[in-house]
Amino acid sequence: MYNYNDFDAKFVAERNRQFRRQVERRISGNLSEEEFKPLRLMNGLYLQLHAYMLRVAIPYGTLNSRQMRQLANIAERWDKGYGHFTTRQNIQFNWPKLRDVPDMLDALAEVDMHAIQTSGNTIRNVTADHFAGAAADEIADPRPVAELLRQWSTDHPEFQFLPRKFKIAVSGSPNDRAVIRAHDIGIGIVKRDGRIGYCIIAGGGLGRTPMIGKVISEFVTQENLLPYVEAVVSVWNLLGRRDNKYKSRIKITVHEHGIEKIRSLVEERFELLRRTYSGIDIKLFEEITAAFSPPEFQKVSAGEFELAYKSDPVFESWADTNLAKHRAEGYAIAQISLKAHGQTPGDATSDQMRAMADMAEEYGNDELRISHEQNVVLPHVRKSDLPAIHSILKKHGLATANIGLASDIIACPGMDYCALATARSIPVAQDISNLLKNLEDEIGELKIKISGCINACGHHHLGHIGILGLDRAGVENYQITLGGDATQNTALGRRTGPGFSHDKIVPAVERLILTYLELRENSGETFIEAYRRLGMEPFKSALYDRVHAHAAE
Amino acid sequence: MTGKFTPKVVTANALREGDVVYMKANDDWTRDLGEAELLTEEGYAKLRLLMAEGQPEYVVGPYLADVADGENGPRPIHFREAFRSAGPSNYFHGKQAGLN
Ligand code: HEM
Ligand code: SF4
Repeated sequence: MYNYNDFDAKFVAERNRQFRRQVERRISGNLSEEEFKPLRLMNGLYLQLHAYMLRVAIPYGTLNSRQMRQLANIAERWDKGYGHFTTRQNIQFNWPKLRDVPDMLDALAEVDMHAIQTSGNTIRNVTADHFAGAAADEIADPRPVAELLRQWSTDHPEFQFLPRKFKIAVSGSPNDRAVIRAHDIGIGIVKRDGRIGYCIIAGGGLGRTPMIGKVISEFVTQENLLPYVEAVVSVWNLLGRRDNKYKSRIKITVHEHGIEKIRSLVEERFELLRRTYSGIDIKLFEEITAAFSPPEFQKVSAGEFELAYKSDPVFESWADTNLAKHRAEGYAIAQISLKAHGQTPGDATSDQMRAMADMAEEYGNDELRISHEQNVVLPHVRKSDLPAIHSILKKHGLATANIGLASDIIACPGMDYCALATARSIPVAQDISNLLKNLEDEIGELKIKISGCINACGHHHLGHIGILGLDRAGVENYQITLGGDATQNTALGRRTGPGFSHDKIVPAVERLILTYLELRENSGETFIEAYRRLGMEPFKSALYDRVHAHAAE
Repeated sequence: MTGKFTPKVVTANALREGDVVYMKANDDWTRDLGEAELLTEEGYAKLRLLMAEGQPEYVVGPYLADVADGENGPRPIHFREAFRSAGPSNYFHGKQAGLN
């Protein structure tokens, strides 16, 4: 197994020692808040609405059981017994006290974890599919490429002062689970004539000005990958706007200049750059790939699985929604839903974290993943162990069978925690989840995503139903978008019209869903398919006309 | 409505605990909005904010928040301040669970 740590132990220990001193100096009044704030942010400590918040990095969303247990201990000892897993594959603790944070950081360091935030206008952590190394549809594991890019960019002298931050995501499968079209650069692993190569996408992003990335090159070979990516970053570094922080991301550069012009500039630059690469990167890539080599899969009978599947309807329904196809025969990818009905999306208690750690150790090659959809994944489990796993999940309130369904909602913390929020998102998610609990199997696949402000941490633009909470004249107001898609068919949702108040938003979502159920061709046509066929009109009318009709009654 | 000053309180987050606090008339900090000093005059409100800014060893980010005068002292006008004075809505945590 690869050692993913961004930082070596000595560096982290030194940083923790420094931060302990800085906290002491802040408390004793020898550091002002102006001096202290950048230091605490660098160490992942934010001041939210009701308390401090500590954000801990989970590179590639990958954890072992020891690390998960330590997170459970930290939550219990210094927080309120739970943690919040985010769409950025981090965990956040919502209630630490300033004086305890240095101890929390030391506890993290014991298991090779840290809260150090890559900050500034640099190339940020490279992200990859949470099913990496396990998915049946995978062409190649995306993590070696992600890791190569991370190592290459970390110390790259030219890229320390970019116009803005820069994010790269890699998918190893044609079914994109890493949202590569919503990143500054997205990389899809592809195969052509038996050779592995990379499809490069540039200029995607969400937030204030959402854009879908465009293909800049359909096939870049392994030898050319780094020089090509460097050429893209370098062209943007020259053209990117530094005068306005809202216009500095590459999505705006691509939008303003057009992808054709950017492509030809990149090709030119690439011709110069490729000669400066000596092949060291290829050797490094081979080393990294070897370190990511998969566990040894055994041939095991799935008899117990089949038996439970036939005899236990609860297990059957869980298996139908929460399992994904594994590359090895007799194995499955098990997704653990952190979306129990009516609960906060992404939250896990210390008891639940320990249970998941135990299962990973006992049945799952000691590996856990955090997905950007705020769920936990056991990437390598034998199908024959699934009945046992399911019964443990049930005991810990973790057996919700709703992955991909209406209650598997992404929601950012919103105004229940976040100081930047313009409205709440969590209670909207809770209410929708409760409302649709008994209907969701009938509804089928549906992605609802909620953000509490324009920063779009909840990816609302990419929801089949997206909800954005705003502050309209001192009242919470929720805008709906329809038709967003986070897969390889990436699409941004379109606004339906005026927003809804906090007590009207859930009934509005209900009207959308009833309209879909009424108008779909058959039970096989999903919400997003029906929307694409029918367009906005029937949904708009359900949202706005009927309300008027009711009001007139 | 021009010229009419909306009453204010001075609020901030406590440095050590991070939770929401309000300034009292005696310059102390309280966790209970009802105990905060109601500021009904603009110049005086600005002065009180300056006093708060002079206490960086107790509080972070002091500012003036709009309030209304109520039976039990000041009460929030904007929903953000209402949440700050109560706690999150998904768990019974924060102030609603008892002032610490
Ligand atoms: C609660 C404290 C948080 C704060 C203060 C915060 C702040 C921000 C800000 C300012 C941005 C915009 C950055 C930019 O592109 O300029 C952002 C983006 C983002 N945040 Fe958060 N965030 C918070 C929590 C979260 C959580 C809990 C999640 C996951 C559920 C999350 C996921 C994201 C994602 C995915 C983006 C990128 C959206 C994009 O592609 O543009 N954030 N955040
Ligand atoms: S979208 Fe806005 S409200 Fe939600 S976490 Fe991000 S910054 Fe906070």
